Amino acid sequence: MAKTMTSITSTSLFIRRNKASLSTLFFLVVMMTCFLIANPKVFTNAAIYNAVFITLPVAIFLVVPLVFTVTGGEIDLSFPSNMAMASWVFSLLIQKGMPPVLGLIVAIGVGMGIGVIIGLIVVYGHLSSLVCTLGFNFFLRGFIMILTEGRSITVLEVQDGLFHNVLAGTFLGLPAQMGWALLFTLICVLVFNRHCYGVRVRCVGDNPQSAEQMGINVNRVRISFFIFVGLGASLAGVFSVLINFSWWPTTGDGYLLTALASVFVGGTPTWGGVGTVVGGALGATIVSFMETGVVAAGLTGFYVQFFKGLIIILSLLAHRYSSKRYR
Amino acid sequence: MKSPIITLQDISKSFGNVYALDGVSLQVKAGEVVGLIGDNGAGKSTLIKILAGVYTPDSGAIRLKDQPVTDWNASRSRQSGIETVFQDRALVVQQTIVRNIFMGRETAGSSASLLSRLGFIDHKSQYAEAERLMRDIGFTSEVFTPDSIVGTLSGGERQGVAIARALYFDAELIILDEPTTALSLTETEKVFSFVRNVKASGRSVVFIGHNIYHVFGIADRFVVLDRGKVVLECTKEDYQTPEELIGFMQQVAQSEGGTPSGSSEE
Repeated sequence: MAKTMTSITSTSLFIRRNKASLSTLFFLVVMMTCFLIANPKVFTNAAIYNAVFITLPVAIFLVVPLVFTVTGGEIDLSFPSNMAMASWVFSLLIQKGMPPVLGLIVAIGVGMGIGVIIGLIVVYGHLSSLVCTLGFNFFLRGFIMILTEGRSITVLEVQDGLFHNVLAGTFLGLPAQMGWALLFTLICVLVFNRHCYGVRVRCVGDNPQSAEQMGINVNRVRISFFIFVGLGASLAGVFSVLINFSWWPTTGDGYLLTALASVFVGGTPTWGGVGTVVGGALGATIVSFMETGVVAAGLTGFYVQFFKGLIIILSLLAHRYSSKRYR
Repeated sequence: MKSPIITLQDISKSFGNVYALDGVSLQVKAGEVVGLIGDNGAGKSTLIKILAGVYTPDSGAIRLKDQPVTDWNASRSRQSGIETVFQDRALVVQQTIVRNIFMGRETAGSSASLLSRLGFIDHKSQYAEAERLMRDIGFTSEVFTPDSIVGTLSGGERQGVAIARALYFDAELIILDEPTTALSLTETEKVFSFVRNVKASGRSVVFIGHNIYHVFGIADRFVVLDRGKVVLECTKEDYQTPEELIGFMQQVAQSEGGTPSGSSEE
């Protein structure tokens, strides 16, 4: 008897603590059921899932670090251009004949380095991260456009190489990048929930004055958000190049609003202090399936934005009722 | 002669062109309760934030156990055994009680495993510690656990969390900034018995309040601040009743019109 009591309370505790990500999961299931009913033939076939899993990892690498940033009370809109910068450097190095592993390391360095610069400017310049990173998004994109004159780069060198096959080949019939994205998410979940960094991110987002008074180096934590987003953007960029075998000067552009929407669809509120990494990854999944699913369900591509918007609004309403803001 | 825990010498701090503190010196010895009194805007909270390392003074020196210190900050202050219960309580209200108690020292209470050395948190042991602490300071409610969100607690209960945090780390000096503001009578009495316990265990307390009756009952020694300056340091032998102390403070307040102090809060 006592045992069932504890198992009931621990289940309800689990639900209470994971309300946001569970309601996101519920949302995903409902949406997939709708698709399944609309077109059973397509949605019982693995092909559609494989198609989504090819590009979903790119979104996950962008969304997960953004969850940390938003939870910490900041926002970073520079990631699309940062993604293009890092993958541009990667593509150029590959073209020059550098081993792809080294190219990856340099690309990560570029992404994180840009994050350091943005973080220092936002924190020590006392700027709004929203506006400053928006500026950086245009600035970096402009920089790329000027230097490349809009020309893309083909990176066929990596095709069939070990580097490509391990990172973006096929593993057990699934795109290998999905495994890397899952691993990345898993590590980030542990860091967010169990590591002192994750706790500090929440404290800083919750009340930076309190965090500072308790000896947390608030500036350092805030700078780290932008570095982390830079890391995610560089990984997203490299994977995008590996998937497409080419780099465009517009790489990343399309992710700006969808990645942000995924964070909030996932159940991380806008006010900071609380967030969910699993929810963010699920949010990215919802948005990705939305894009593919609407067309696969038999509607024309004109409906994609309409349904995407609908999903965002509905999920926000759902989260509004399931989560309360404490002051 | 008891040894000093911390000594502030000639501390000045200004915000813009307003002098919050103007050449203030303060020494706290082991095992004493210092009552810091002053009107609103006297500089009490600024002085506390300097002790706690939140503010760095513009000039003056800080000595810890007669050793001069540089790079004074909030983290250093806590590592040196100074815990502060701030006036605004310094809580993060969307987080659990455990998270609040261990805020800024997240890996404390962990075993020396590899994971904890990598910065991962041992939630189980922290939960147990928080539970014990809450019992110690008289949290008897069944309604909340260490995993409860602080935002769901009442004002007095939140103050209890802030005090529990100060108590956990075996501080040598505990600073309480207006700890009885907005508390009920029983909660206020709880805070007083807490201060007496801390003193009995040989640790020191700096107690800030503008209710002189509260401060008088609890402190061994008084420091009166007025407009950024120490205007009186005395013991209970010098001023034997709170009324005498109030009389002195009224004198100070009246004399200000005639003798401009050179600094203004307005």
